[in-house]
Amino acid sequence: MIEVENIHKSFGETHILKGITTCFDQGKTNLVIGQSGSGKTVFLKCLLGLFEPEEGQICYDGQFYSELTISQRRDLRQEMGMVFQGSALFDSMTVEGNVMFPLEMFTKQSRAEMKDRVDFVLERVNLVDAHKKFPSEISGGMKKRVAIARAIVMNPKYLFCDEPNSGLDPKTAILIDNLIQELTKEYDITTVINTHDMNSVMEIGEKIIFLKNGFKEWEGTNKEVFKTDNEAVTNFVYSSELFKKVRQMYIEERN
Amino acid sequence: MVWEVFKKPTKWPIMRSLILKEIDELIFGSLGIIIFIAFFIGGVVTIQTALNLNSPLIPKSLIGFATRQSVILEFAPTFTSIIMAGKVGSYITSSIGTMKVTEQIDALEVMGVNSLNYLVFPKIIAMLMYPFAVAVAMFVGIFGGWIAGAFGGYAPSGEFVKGLQLDFIPFHVTYAFIKTVVFAFIIATIPSYHGFYMKGGALEVGKASTTSFVWTSVVIIILNYILTQLLLG
Repeated sequence: MIEVENIHKSFGETHILKGITTCFDQGKTNLVIGQSGSGKTVFLKCLLGLFEPEEGQICYDGQFYSELTISQRRDLRQEMGMVFQGSALFDSMTVEGNVMFPLEMFTKQSRAEMKDRVDFVLERVNLVDAHKKFPSEISGGMKKRVAIARAIVMNPKYLFCDEPNSGLDPKTAILIDNLIQELTKEYDITTVINTHDMNSVMEIGEKIIFLKNGFKEWEGTNKEVFKTDNEAVTNFVYSSELFKKVRQMYIEERN
Repeated sequence: MVWEVFKKPTKWPIMRSLILKEIDELIFGSLGIIIFIAFFIGGVVTIQTALNLNSPLIPKSLIGFATRQSVILEFAPTFTSIIMAGKVGSYITSSIGTMKVTEQIDALEVMGVNSLNYLVFPKIIAMLMYPFAVAVAMFVGIFGGWIAGAFGGYAPSGEFVKGLQLDFIPFHVTYAFIKTVVFAFIIATIPSYHGFYMKGGALEVGKASTTSFVWTSVVIIILNYILTQLLLG
């Protein structure tokens, strides 16, 4: 579980996060939604410890991040997995090398044990014949799956994903969403996903927080998000023509 | 930055392979251009010296002496370092900068890896091999001078070799290698700094490479002056 209490983050004169308080439950896919520029990525980077908030606390299962030493913070980060928006795979390494990297860095496993673990996670993300390929030789969807495999290879307690299905076709996007949700349940991970994809919200959003201009505007589930009276959330959720029509049909049906 | 590079070291087996990879990339990958430039610079120094020493009272052996001194004291360590600031420095800045803009450095940090140690430390250690490249440049530069002198008709081979052996002061080689070690550290760290702390996208990677080359060259030239004053002055 990750508890966030009143965090503020600024860059120079620009106040990005303006006192966000929330809680992300273990074993659930928690979604952070909001328009571009609402502070989602900064919020996620604060959760990852890449940015330090000026005010407020982030608590990971009882450990307050601000109270940890640099070394303890690095140890905590070894319990985190992150799927970056652009996958952030290491160009100079093969798919296998990318996934094996955290094991080589932080475990004392033998080569054979590491290979078994890599084979297992790559199979888990449905990538069985890409071991020797370089990131430049695989598709965007495959890169995302490799990034997910790398993120879960160390059995993380916390999984963070920054727009995991951006740039993917709808079918692959759904596969990636479902994969993340399955892994969250299977390994009882605390998962936080940044997205503005409403399909993801519908499919896997067990808990959703909506950010607007650095504030937490709304919090609820994927069922509640489509029924809320909050104008900012409604404007965001029903901004696409498809969702507008779905909503209209729903209202007509109800009347 | 430099302090952080030496903190929380990466596991030795991984670091060893990174260091070997960097030695191959930074040192052996540069030998071709170093040999090419040193050979022709040595030749040009010989020709220029010969053309300016046209008095019959001045022995031809002085051409060999002047070539040796110029190559060992300045051309091999300083000129080669400026070339390396361009070749190796821009490679370091652009490779680290690209990792920065594609979030690969963030990925390392999130995993709990000391990214400065992982990326910069192997380059600093690899550059400790740089004096070897400069020694090659010294040898090839003098050889190029001998070829130009002997085959271009500027100085007979025997006279040139006699000049090479004239008043040889071993400390001059030591001085050149001291400079080289300092320049090696500069060539590894300044471009790393510009790559690691750059902000923006692909365009800024190019700008950072140019800026790092300018700063590395400026620092090399200033340190060259200071070290020469301290060691030979």
